[in-house]
Amino acid sequence: MYSKKVLSIFQNPKNAGGMKGANAIGKVGNSACGDIMKIYLLIENGIIKDASFKTFGCCAAIASTDVACDLIKGKSIEDALKVTNQQVFDVLGELPPNKIHCSVLAEEAIKAAINDYYKRIEKSSKKEKKSIDN
Amino acid sequence: MAGRKVYLDNAATTYVSSEVLNEMLPCFNVLFGNPNSIHSFGREASSIVDRARDRIATAINAKDSNEIYFTSGGSEADNWAVKGLAHAYSFKGKHIITSSIEHHAVLDACSVLEKEGFDITYLPVDKYGLVNIAELLHAIRKDTILISIMSVNNEVGTIQNVKTIAKIAHENNILFHTDAVQALGAVKIDVQDMEIDALSISAHKIYGPKGCGALYLKNGLKIDNLIDGGSQERGKRGGTLNVPAIAGFGKAVEIAVRDLSVNQQKLKIIREYFLSKVRDNIDYIHINGHPQQKVQGTLSISFEMIEGESLLMLLDLDGVAVSTSSACTSNSLQPSHVLKAMGIEDEIAQGTVRFSFGKNTSKADVDYAVEVLINSVKKLRAISPITKAGRR
Repeated sequence: MYSKKVLSIFQNPKNAGGMKGANAIGKVGNSACGDIMKIYLLIENGIIKDASFKTFGCCAAIASTDVACDLIKGKSIEDALKVTNQQVFDVLGELPPNKIHCSVLAEEAIKAAINDYYKRIEKSSKKEKKSIDN
Repeated sequence: MAGRKVYLDNAATTYVSSEVLNEMLPCFNVLFGNPNSIHSFGREASSIVDRARDRIATAINAKDSNEIYFTSGGSEADNWAVKGLAHAYSFKGKHIITSSIEHHAVLDACSVLEKEGFDITYLPVDKYGLVNIAELLHAIRKDTILISIMSVNNEVGTIQNVKTIAKIAHENNILFHTDAVQALGAVKIDVQDMEIDALSISAHKIYGPKGCGALYLKNGLKIDNLIDGGSQERGKRGGTLNVPAIAGFGKAVEIAVRDLSVNQQKLKIIREYFLSKVRDNIDYIHINGHPQQKVQGTLSISFEMIEGESLLMLLDLDGVAVSTSSACTSNSLQPSHVLKAMGIEDEIAQGTVRFSFGKNTSKADVDYAVEVLINSVKKLRAISPITKAGRR
């Protein structure tokens, strides 16, 4: 059902766990459909310095999120946004057909985290603006 | 401990016991005749089949051995009973009552009948997986021809009140079928005392071979054929009989019924040992199924904050084999229909694993399995986005 590669990533995910000092967090999925993915990012000067994840889900979900973190680490935000589920899938090599949605969800988790980063910037710039106006 | 393997999936299938295997082996190359042939080779094979039939009939207290029809397994027996009885009695009505926690062999057979114009009522169950008798009474109509309720649920091990349900069926002039695949060898089956009209059983859950089962059908009842093609099984089920498997099935049933109470007692000790170790070491768990009215071999546990399939795979990577019926093992990506019907919320249902013990499961097996389980649960909870604080 699962390839050796998927299983080995699942068994020893390099990027598993939360992150202290993360300045962007994206969460997708719901427990009813069986997968929740949360990606934590540390972004400095537009570059993703670090990425980690927490996932509730099957092997494919856990392995996909781990690979997604690998794929965006060191990349600029713009390049990270270009990462697709196909790239996640390619690293994993193969997934059972009914598990392809896991790679799709991993792409969505990256986008959700970056979206969260932009929201935070917007909020803090509004705050700054407010303090200048005052 | 590396390389150790512990099999805790005996509700999925069991190994073939050596007594059973010995009964089967000569049928492959020595007593290999076709039981339908009239020469001596055929007669030999036929007498092997007759003996197996007698053993099964005795084990379930059938009135007559010719009430036993061999099939390719439990699923065929279920399909045959549900579709065959529905078709044979459709002149009386087209309403069937079953439960929402049946095996898919019954549920899917029912949905085929629905497409043909039959009306099916799927009875709800309570939080323990028991069919509510009041709901059953309420569901009965003038055109109800068949009630099919499983004896023991395969996912959670709950034992239904089969005798009561059968009695109600007959008081209302309705036929009663039960899928007893998980019940055989675990609870006493007496088709006469329990007033069962049709009953499905399978060999490979009781240390017999795969691909072999039987339908008990009370004499005098009509049933449409599922498989046409020959005079086998009194013209009711075509196809050359699988003599080695049938020989093994007969022996397996005999042993299972002979050792029933000893086995249940042994399984009870193992189950309680396993459960107390799990309870002592792992928080946030739920035991599914009926607290008393259950078979001892099946134990369904939901682990909060984690998903069942990833737990199954982590256990498997350390040699411990269990099963899950939640989202990921099936293609449906839906939580188990049984747990859903029992009202267990999706998130908890997703984290459910079934441990099923066998007659050779030892305390040392349990020690190892629980150790692996503790580590696996810890590992998955450490990377779960669902936190204890976030629990409802």
